[in-house]
Amino acid sequence: MGILLNIIYLIATVTFVVGLKMLGHPETAKKGNLIAAAGMGLAIVGTIFVHEQQVSPIIYILIGAAILIGSIIGWLIAIKVEMTKMPELVSLFNGFGGASAALIGLVEYGKNVNNATQSTTIVSGIIIGAITFSGSLIAWGKLNGSLKSVVRIPYYNIINNITIIGIIIFAAFMVATGVDSQLVLYALLATGLIYGILFVLPIGGADMPVVISLLNSLTGIAAAITGILYNNMVMLVGGILVGSAGIILTVAMCKAMNRTLGSVIFGAFGGAAATAGENKALGSIKSTTASDAAIMMNYANNVVIVPGYGLAVAQAQHVIHELEELLTKRGVNVKYAIHPVAGRMPGHMNVLLAESNVEYNMLVEMEDINPQFSNTDIVLVVGANDVVNPAAHNNPASPIYGMPILDVENAKHIIVNKRSMNAGYAGIENELFYNTKTSMLFGDAKAALTDLVAEMKKIQ
Amino acid sequence: MNEFLEFIENNLQITYILILAIFVGVEVIKSIPAVLHTPLMSGANALSGVVIVGAILVMLHADPTDYIALSLGFVAVVLGVLNVVGGFAVTDRMLQMFKRKK
Repeated sequence: MGILLNIIYLIATVTFVVGLKMLGHPETAKKGNLIAAAGMGLAIVGTIFVHEQQVSPIIYILIGAAILIGSIIGWLIAIKVEMTKMPELVSLFNGFGGASAALIGLVEYGKNVNNATQSTTIVSGIIIGAITFSGSLIAWGKLNGSLKSVVRIPYYNIINNITIIGIIIFAAFMVATGVDSQLVLYALLATGLIYGILFVLPIGGADMPVVISLLNSLTGIAAAITGILYNNMVMLVGGILVGSAGIILTVAMCKAMNRTLGSVIFGAFGGAAATAGENKALGSIKSTTASDAAIMMNYANNVVIVPGYGLAVAQAQHVIHELEELLTKRGVNVKYAIHPVAGRMPGHMNVLLAESNVEYNMLVEMEDINPQFSNTDIVLVVGANDVVNPAAHNNPASPIYGMPILDVENAKHIIVNKRSMNAGYAGIENELFYNTKTSMLFGDAKAALTDLVAEMKKIQ
Repeated sequence: MNEFLEFIENNLQITYILILAIFVGVEVIKSIPAVLHTPLMSGANALSGVVIVGAILVMLHADPTDYIALSLGFVAVVLGVLNVVGGFAVTDRMLQMFKRKK
């Protein structure tokens, strides 16, 4: 490898660190992303054109074709996807990266069977790549609804343990014996894929963001391992950066949901949730109409809007902005209360509201808004459920007990827009809806808010 | 255990880089506002597509008649590029929405 390529890799590595750093500040984030992308482009171009060995033109054509195909598909998916579909898209892309790492391992294995260090890295690359690939696809399926949120497999523990033992046996066999057996190689790949499925399948849908972040981190580690194999610094450092950053991000997400990483992976959130507090008479609910709600809000001083994923699903982020502008024009003090895990991922709600031009400084984070609820006349909850469930404070039996929530029950009046009385994403009953201060405004978020805006305009 | 120590001795530089890079990753990510968690995760996801470099190396080293290596490498490059291009493009789209308004 020539010195020129090494310098290119060095520059690319620096852009990764700088880019990741800049991604952490709202003002520099966009530039940081572009810098990292430019570095990645440089590393790719350098790898293709700057090397010493002779390469047949047909291989260049194949590489060019592969890059062209991947770029076009990736670009089209990226610009077409709706912002509400973001989490599952990240999961899907992440799975592709893992698959790529596993495929590299498959090709390289045969050439390196006699070298224990090399075959150890290859075997680890295949295992981690396979787990991230199948795990990410399951997470993708759960988020886009094609898979059920919670899946119970009979004899799960036994199957899981057999799979783990299988992985260890195949891996140890390959490294220790140095036998170039395609059969064992593909058996290892298969057990890795099965383990990825088993790993994600029992985890509840509400915990998927944590899982995606964790799998993302694993893809980084797979890339780093491949970097060790090729003694390639840009892969090594880039992979490790993503690996360690991903772990920190995963822990930050867990903290926001008051969960530990262990309880996400080993405890079944959804399983406990299904039985908790079900069939319990919680009192009666009170429903309201758009015109009543409009009058109440029109004459309030302070209104706080709590947006949840239901808002995003109904594509109501533009209507809510219209409502908020209208209220502000009438002298009502309006704010948005953003729970850290509103939407499907931390920060997801901010992205969605920013898309509909909501002012940045109207979005107030949980710690800052909670003390203000007692001075709030009306809280409008749109498509949020678990993040405003008081069970997190007062029901130790609830699976969300201890999770930080928005204390909307402290407000003078609460209007909840919901499609029906179905439980939230985590499958837990919410006693807030039965509170005497609460009125329910049933209906699809977009339709209900459009009515609300229309009624508001009638009031002069 | 012996092999492990041997690996460290033979790859001392890599071991140092590996451990230092872990710290850099942690430091770079520390104290990120929750607002940016989603774009950051997406950006980090694009970066993990650096595995594409390995996929290209597989193809460059492959014998032009080794169809298995070539086709596996081809798929690996396509998937890696998907991860990189899609990842960066979607992160850019997300961040475009953080325009400052006065």
